[in-house]
Amino acid sequence: MKGTNKLWWGLVLLVILSPIGLILPEIFKSGPAWGEWSLEEIEKMVGYVPAGLKKLADLWSAPVPDYNLKNWEGQGLTKSSLGYILSGVLGVGIIVLVTFILGKIISKKDGQ
Amino acid sequence: MHIPDGYLGPQTYGVLYGIMVPLWALASKLVRRTLRQRQVPFLALGAAFSFVVMMFNVPIPGGSTGHAVGGVIVAILLGPWAALIAISIALVIQALLFGDGGITAIAANCFNMAFVMPMVGYWVYRLIGQGAPATSRRKWIAGAVAGYVGLNVAALTTAVMFGIQPFLARGPDGRPLYFPYPLEVAVPVMAAQHLLLFGFIEAVLTAFLVIYFQRSDPSMLEPIRRIQ
Repeated sequence: MKGTNKLWWGLVLLVILSPIGLILPEIFKSGPAWGEWSLEEIEKMVGYVPAGLKKLADLWSAPVPDYNLKNWEGQGLTKSSLGYILSGVLGVGIIVLVTFILGKIISKKDGQ
Repeated sequence: MHIPDGYLGPQTYGVLYGIMVPLWALASKLVRRTLRQRQVPFLALGAAFSFVVMMFNVPIPGGSTGHAVGGVIVAILLGPWAALIAISIALVIQALLFGDGGITAIAANCFNMAFVMPMVGYWVYRLIGQGAPATSRRKWIAGAVAGYVGLNVAALTTAVMFGIQPFLARGPDGRPLYFPYPLEVAVPVMAAQHLLLFGFIEAVLTAFLVIYFQRSDPSMLEPIRRIQ
């Protein structure tokens, strides 16, 4: 098992390229994933908002909704792409931190 | 494939927490047996990789979007139980920080993408690749098929969770309380999207990375080096 350096660089490259996942759906005028609609979209589709769904929908307000900064969304693709990359950096950072802490707890010491 | 809050009723998401809590505990126990501290970076890489892969939304022109998960290649490299932990971490952060997938649906989403997908993909890969050397063509073909099948089975279990909602809970007016479309709609739509498009993206991603490791470090593809 060689070092992980190259793989980390690959990850950095993927984060930099991630706005492709934002821009392509824009170009092809695609909506959200099937089964991930907003309340307004559901109402448009079936004519009403299911009562239970409405009650649970806003249970949690995420600090960084939709992988973008609140003021940067809808301000052109450059800004939203930058916000997307920053969200990717933030997400990767926290995930790596959490995994390292969890990993240290559940792993054995080397040579044990 | 990230089920939001409100799409599943308490009966469904409750049962899924009941299934996932023992599975998380079992995965920690199994991974603990074999995970060495110097392997922790691989676990972190797997979790972060899956998170970033899911940012690449792929459009169906004029329709909806979808994405690969990376769950099968993580399972091939780290084993399905380590993959369960890695992808669960990615899904929990997506829900808490970015509102991608609901809080009530964390267990449901982990069941589909962190358990079903890596487990199915891993065994398809093992089955097809059995006996073939790590650098053989059969191994990356096995990776492609495993990626395709893994994502599609996860899409199916997601669609079933959606589709049973109108049968489980209706209001006094007879309208569904949660996800409004029945199985006859949810399963064919989800299946078509993943069979025709997204499954192939997961297949290419998985095969590409198997080939990458065949060339750079084939030992990563040997079962003996796996975390679990």
